[in-house]
Amino acid sequence: MTAPEANQNAASVISASDLSLTFQTGDGPVHALKGVSLDIRKGDFVSFIGPSGCGKTTFLRCIAALERPTGGSLTVNGMTPDAARRARAYGYVFQAAGLYPWRTIGRNVSLPLEIMGFSRAEIEERVARVLALVDLAGFEKKFPWQLSGGMQQRASIARALAFDADILLMDEPFGALDEIVRDHLNEQLLHLWARTDKTIGFVTHSIPEAVYLSTRIVVMSPRPGRITDVIDSPLPRERPLDIRDTPEFLEVAHRVREGLRAGHAYED
Amino acid sequence: MRRTVLPVLAVLAALLVIWYAGAVWLNAAWAQDRATRAGVELSLVELVADTWAQDKPKLPAPHQVAVELWQTTVEQKITSRRSLIHHSWVTLSATLLGFGLGTALGIALAVGIVYNRVMDLSVMPWVIASQTIPILAIAPMIIVVLNAVGISGLLPKAMISMYLSFFPVVVGMVKGLRSPAVMQIDQMMTWNASAAQMFWKLRLPSSMPYLFTSMKVAVAASLVGAIVGELPTGAVAGLGARLLAGSYYGQTIQIWSALFMAAALAAGLVALIGAVQRVVLRRMGMA
Repeated sequence: MTAPEANQNAASVISASDLSLTFQTGDGPVHALKGVSLDIRKGDFVSFIGPSGCGKTTFLRCIAALERPTGGSLTVNGMTPDAARRARAYGYVFQAAGLYPWRTIGRNVSLPLEIMGFSRAEIEERVARVLALVDLAGFEKKFPWQLSGGMQQRASIARALAFDADILLMDEPFGALDEIVRDHLNEQLLHLWARTDKTIGFVTHSIPEAVYLSTRIVVMSPRPGRITDVIDSPLPRERPLDIRDTPEFLEVAHRVREGLRAGHAYED
Repeated sequence: MRRTVLPVLAVLAALLVIWYAGAVWLNAAWAQDRATRAGVELSLVELVADTWAQDKPKLPAPHQVAVELWQTTVEQKITSRRSLIHHSWVTLSATLLGFGLGTALGIALAVGIVYNRVMDLSVMPWVIASQTIPILAIAPMIIVVLNAVGISGLLPKAMISMYLSFFPVVVGMVKGLRSPAVMQIDQMMTWNASAAQMFWKLRLPSSMPYLFTSMKVAVAASLVGAIVGELPTGAVAGLGARLLAGSYYGQTIQIWSALFMAAALAAGLVALIGAVQRVVLRRMGMA
């Protein structure tokens, strides 16, 4: 299986080598990450999949400089993660939408822009643009509680897009949503990715979601948290929902499942 | 509406009945005593009537308190020393000043506790200890000390109000400022927000529901503080002064009317803060 040509030559945006993170706890050290090496190229859509405790969220948080690795090296846009954070290199979408209840949708999306000191006119223009991008035009004046869970999560994606970071990090953003809404949002996310040419890191529990979305799937396993397989998807970038019934799709899903099973065998 | 009014009226009626019965029970001895000395025999009706109409009853009847309240509020000029409105205002002004100072102090301490590790570890025990000292013991000290440095009048009373009212605000605001989820704080980190932005845009708005709840407790405590502050000084004006004068001269009716005035004042203040809370939180989209 080979990745599309364009991606092979693209520059590496996120580069981890022999990365490890050990938490010291009362019950002794916990190896959240051990010997993780991975290159994410510009324009990649990379999914991290694995059981709880495999370190997929921890790895994403290391990239975002929300956790500090205890060993190895990690660069984001050629900088340390913390420098990249200060340069606002990425937008981060959390599991919960985390919209501020006292701000309207428009003002929620404008929050990071206010923090970054954009001008009033620029804020207005960007809020309108990203809300349109996630199909929420016209909802500026609504408060979060007036929106469904799926719409709230879309607003939080708009918020992460508003300041034009090239990297989008998403930590199980659709985990709390039902299957139908999730399908819809996955489809929208692919459209968005195609239009904006972002590099996306996406943590998920769901095999179909990972295979449907990604150009590369990173299979991880716990104790210690590590990468067991990296699968370059042979699927085309253009993906209608029914691609999930094709043999290619099922083959990739099968390989992901095998990888997950192999990881699990270590436990017992 | 009808559903809530009826039970409330029923409870009120029951309280009045108990009160009137209590007045008969407590005041009967004095009525009998007087009748015996005068050599008269009281019938039951006369006895009951007497217990509800004494000058200095052990327990005044509700209508006596109501009449006293009417006479000292509506029928007196506000400037008069006999006007309960005048006395209420004296106490209220100290209450409001103390409440304002206490709320400001409470918020300031809470910000310090949340942002400064040393303060977090050192201030809270003192704040709690401060509230274990009986206010009646410390109030005269505050007044004496402030008098010695030449501060008298409104401020010493307000200080005692503040002493009582900052506590609920500290406790509530520490909780409120810490109420944002870890995720929301991480999110601010990803935007590289400064500490000031974190405070103004996340922590402070998150703490608003906590602030109003603690302010309701604080304003009632403030009123108690102002009244207590009027007791040890032998103040000539204020609800505390009315209570003190009433107890010197056995004017139980005056005491009870001052108590009712204080209760009404407290209820009014709490209701006012509740109204502000509703308006603010609705505007913030949080209610």
